[in-house]
Amino acid sequence: MRLSIPEQELMTPGHLACQGCGATLAMRYTLKALGNDTILTFPACCWSVIDGPFPYTSLKVPLLHMAFEATGATASGIKAALEIKGNTETTVVGWAGDGGTFDIGLQALSGAAERNEDFIYICYDNEAYMNTGIQRSGATPWGAWTATTPVENFNSIFKKNIEEILAAHRIPYVATASVAYPEDLVKKIKKAKGIKGFRFIHIFAPCPPGWKTRSEDTVKLARLAVQTTVFPLYEIENSEKYTINIVIKKRKPVNEYLELQGRFKHLKEEHINFIQENIDKNWEKLLKKAGLI
Amino acid sequence: MRKVIMGNHSLSYGALLSRVQVISAYPITPQTQVVELLSEMCASGELKAKFINVESEHSAMAALIGASAAGARTFSATSAHGLTLMHELLHWAAGARLPIVLGNINRAMAPGWTIWADQTDSLSQRDTGWIQFYCSSNQEVLDTIIQAFKISEKVLLPSMIVLDAFFLSHTYEPVDIPDQVVVDEYLPPYKPKYVLDTKDPHTFGGITSPEYYYEIRYKMEMGMRESVEVIKQAGKEYGELFGREYGLIEDYRCEDAEIIFITSGTAASTAKVVVDELREEGKKVGNLKIRVFRPFPFKELRRIIEHAKKVAVIDRNISFGHHGIFAQEVKSALYNHSNIPVFGFVAGLGGRDINPQTIKEIYHITESNEYPSEKVFWIGVKK
Repeated sequence: MRLSIPEQELMTPGHLACQGCGATLAMRYTLKALGNDTILTFPACCWSVIDGPFPYTSLKVPLLHMAFEATGATASGIKAALEIKGNTETTVVGWAGDGGTFDIGLQALSGAAERNEDFIYICYDNEAYMNTGIQRSGATPWGAWTATTPVENFNSIFKKNIEEILAAHRIPYVATASVAYPEDLVKKIKKAKGIKGFRFIHIFAPCPPGWKTRSEDTVKLARLAVQTTVFPLYEIENSEKYTINIVIKKRKPVNEYLELQGRFKHLKEEHINFIQENIDKNWEKLLKKAGLI
Repeated sequence: MRKVIMGNHSLSYGALLSRVQVISAYPITPQTQVVELLSEMCASGELKAKFINVESEHSAMAALIGASAAGARTFSATSAHGLTLMHELLHWAAGARLPIVLGNINRAMAPGWTIWADQTDSLSQRDTGWIQFYCSSNQEVLDTIIQAFKISEKVLLPSMIVLDAFFLSHTYEPVDIPDQVVVDEYLPPYKPKYVLDTKDPHTFGGITSPEYYYEIRYKMEMGMRESVEVIKQAGKEYGELFGREYGLIEDYRCEDAEIIFITSGTAASTAKVVVDELREEGKKVGNLKIRVFRPFPFKELRRIIEHAKKVAVIDRNISFGHHGIFAQEVKSALYNHSNIPVFGFVAGLGGRDINPQTIKEIYHITESNEYPSEKVFWIGVKK
C-alpha cells in the first residue's frame, strides 16, 4: 500500500495536551509534511503548554516561544536571520491559535502578510481562548457558549472570515484544512512548503473541554464540520483562484454537528435555523467564487 | 575618518561598523534619521543586512528577538512611545538572553504631545533587564554602539544606548568614524552558543515551573553583575585601539570637590562647563556623569563622592510621588555607606533647557543649604 502521509514522527508522546486535542493532530501532521528542516515559533496558546515544561519538549524541531501578539513579526525576523546567513532551505513556521491570529496577533500577521514574508503561518483553530479556560475569541462561532458568553447571553457575533482578510493581502496561498482529512492537510502543507512568499493555513482543530464534547468525537466533529460546510476545505491562490478541495454534494444539516456539542446545547430551533441559513449563504458564496455555480 | 554628523547618524554609523545583520524598525520622531540612513546603507549594499519595515515598534522588537534567536546580530532604534510600546518585548529580549542593541532617543511621553527631551521613557524600562548607556556626545554614541555589541554578546543581555532628543539627536558634531578593519578586530562576528538550528533542535522560552524560573532570573542578575567588569574591560580595550576610553562613570574635577553634580546625558556636558566657571570663582566643585545606569555603578560612584561634602543630582525625569530617578538611585547607593547630603533636582522636563544658569542655580541651592530643605527641588517651574 502506498502511504501518502510520511511515517516520520517529529512530535513525541508525553506532551501535555488534553485527551482528544485537535491541535496535537494538527501539529503531528504538519511536521510530518514539513520534515525536520523546520523552525517553529509560537505565541501564547495551548501549544505553549502542550509542548511540555522546561527543560522538556515534545517536538524534534527548534522552537522559539514568543509573546501573544508577535507571531507574524517573530517569524519574519527568524526568516531574515536565516537568509542573511545564507540559509534559504529551512522552512519557518509561525504557529498560533485563533486568539493569537484573529485577535491580538492580527496586526503583526497583517504586517507580515503585507510584506509577503517568506514563511508559513498556521492557525490551529479551536474557536476560543482554550488555554485560559474557554473565553470567546474572534473565531468563536455564532451561538456558542463560552466562559465570557454565558448561555443567557451566548455569542452573537459572527466568526471573522480570516481567509478573506488574508487573501485581501494578495498573498500567494491561503488554505483551510481539517484534522479529519489528514491527506488533504498534508498535501496542502507540502504544497505551501513549495511556494515562496507568505502562506496562510487555517486548520480546524476541535477542543473537547472547550466544546464540551467527548474526546473520542474529535475527528468525527471535524469531519461533520466539513460535511455540513460549517468549515469548508478550500484554497485561495494569489487572492483570486478559489478551489474547493472537498466538494460536499449532499450536505448534512448543521444540527448533526451542533447536537454533539455542549456549547450549543442551549440553542432553540430558531437559532439553529438561523445558523443553517448563514451556512447555506456562505457555501453558496464559496461555490460561486470557485466557479461551481 | 572625521566627519561632521548628527547624533542620529552616529547611531547609524555605529550599527554599520558593527556589521549588524538584521534591522527592524518603525518610524518615530526624533529617531527617524537613524533608520533612514541604515535603510539607505542596506539598499546601496554598503551594509549587508536585512531591513524589515514592520508595522509597529512591538513588531520591530519581536522581529529582532526572532532574528537574534536565529543567530543574527540585530539593531533597532526608537523613542518614547515607541520604546514604551516595546515594553513587553524588552522584558522578553532580556529574559531570552538575546544580545540585541537598541538606540533610544530620550523623548518625553504624552500628553501633551511633545517631541522634546526627557528621560522618563527609558528610565521606565529600568527593570526590564537591559543594560543602559546614557551618552553625552555624538562620538560617545557611535563608540558605545560598538562596545554595546561586544558587551551584550559576552553577558547575553541586551543593551540600550540612550541620547537626548534634539540636544544630541539633531545636533551636528565632528565625529571620528573608526576604520572598519580595526572595528572588526575589536568586534568579531556574533556566534551564539545556543541558536535556532534544525541540526541541533532546542526549545527556547517554554513554560517554566517555580522549580526553575527563579534560578533563570538569578542567572540574569548574575549576567548583569558580570557586565560591570565586562563594560570596564570593553571600554578599556576600546581606548587602546581607538584612543577613547570609557567606564561606567566619568568624573570631572572631582578629586578635591566639595560639591559634586551628578548628571547624565547632555546635561553632563553643560555641567562640565559650569564646573570650569565655578572653579574660576574658587569654588571646589566637580561633575560625575553616570554613563551606565544599568548595571548601576554603586562602587565607582561611592569611590568618587565619598570625599565630597554634598552632592546635587540633576534629573531630567520624575518618578511621580517620589524623586527624580537618578537621585533615588544615588541615595540607595549611599545608604549604609555615607551620610553625605543628597540634593535632588528635577529640571528640563519635556525639552526645557538645562543651561549653565540652571546648573548655577542648582549649585547655589546646594551650597547655601546644609541639608536639602525639600525632598526634591523643581528648578524653573513657572508660577
